[in-house]
Amino acid sequence: MIVSGTFFWVLLGSSLVTLLPRILPFIVLRKLRLPAWCMRWLGYIPVAVMAALLGQSLLVPDGHFAPRGDELLAAIPALLAAFFSRSLLATVLTGMAAIIVLRNVL
Amino acid sequence: MNRTDGLLTQNDFERETDTFFQGVKDCLPTVFGYLSIGFAAGVVERTAGLSLLEIALISLLLYAGSAQFITAGMMMSGMPASAIIVTVFFVNLRHLLMGAALAPFFRHLPMWKNVLLGAQLTDETFAVATTRLAGKRKGSFAWMLGLNVTAYLNWLAANLAGGLFGDWISDPERFGLDYALPAMFIGLLVLQLRERRKWAVDGSVALAAVVVAVIGSLLLSPHVGVLLATVLAATIGLGLEKWMGRGDG
Repeated sequence: MIVSGTFFWVLLGSSLVTLLPRILPFIVLRKLRLPAWCMRWLGYIPVAVMAALLGQSLLVPDGHFAPRGDELLAAIPALLAAFFSRSLLATVLTGMAAIIVLRNVL
Repeated sequence: MNRTDGLLTQNDFERETDTFFQGVKDCLPTVFGYLSIGFAAGVVERTAGLSLLEIALISLLLYAGSAQFITAGMMMSGMPASAIIVTVFFVNLRHLLMGAALAPFFRHLPMWKNVLLGAQLTDETFAVATTRLAGKRKGSFAWMLGLNVTAYLNWLAANLAGGLFGDWISDPERFGLDYALPAMFIGLLVLQLRERRKWAVDGSVALAAVVVAVIGSLLLSPHVGVLLATVLAATIGLGLEKWMGRGDG
């Protein structure tokens, strides 16, 4: 088990460029107070990020517009499970169960 | 940042439930989703020729799902280190936005604690944390650390398992494993919406984010698409809020 040369540089570089945007806001915003409108704008980030990631994983997997019927259908029971159970685990299990059933039916 | 703007001053003190162990517990529902994606990442990393030690290092130092897939894939196709690093930078730039949304809850903590929490920021710990912090003004370091460390160790274990046993599982789709990730995003999104109860505005924001993410992914790149969608959709949310007179719809 040897860490190879190219891998070492790729690992070092990509870890650094990932770490910086992660910690920068936590350093800067300790002292700096953002204006109220900016905080309200940031309040929309969670919903926006999650919706964007979800849309991408369902509608453009691998960078091409290729929504799949079974994956869209399985999203419905998962949505209902999330809304009514308020449980992340129940949502994931429902979604997985739904996709297994749909893949064996369709 | 939410409907309580400065009203809840007496509610700010750490509650007994804000413990490290509670953070561990609150992370558990996400463990399943990231176990499958981490396993898949481990398989791809192994296929790309990484040793188990290298898989462990990349999980612990890079610690980002999509970036690890991309790194392994680009290394396999012989891309130069500089191209891989630039790509990873753009893929993970969304952490800047998420960090900016989360950091104000922890400004009462010393610098090193802030850096530690920031270094372990991921999509799912961010979503769990912002859902829990909705309506509060301060976050608990112990709770957040419990959440982060659990996600971190789970990610390492999943990657190593993928590297070790990847060859034996030929068809992960048969077990619905590939759907754990979209299902988790559905859960994180819906919980967020339920907690905030700004259905009209948030619903429009989510819809706008999906549309921009899809168009941006097709015209530019998937990672630029997510960034663009996040920025534009949040701006639309702020605009709608103003237009509707700060109403909750």
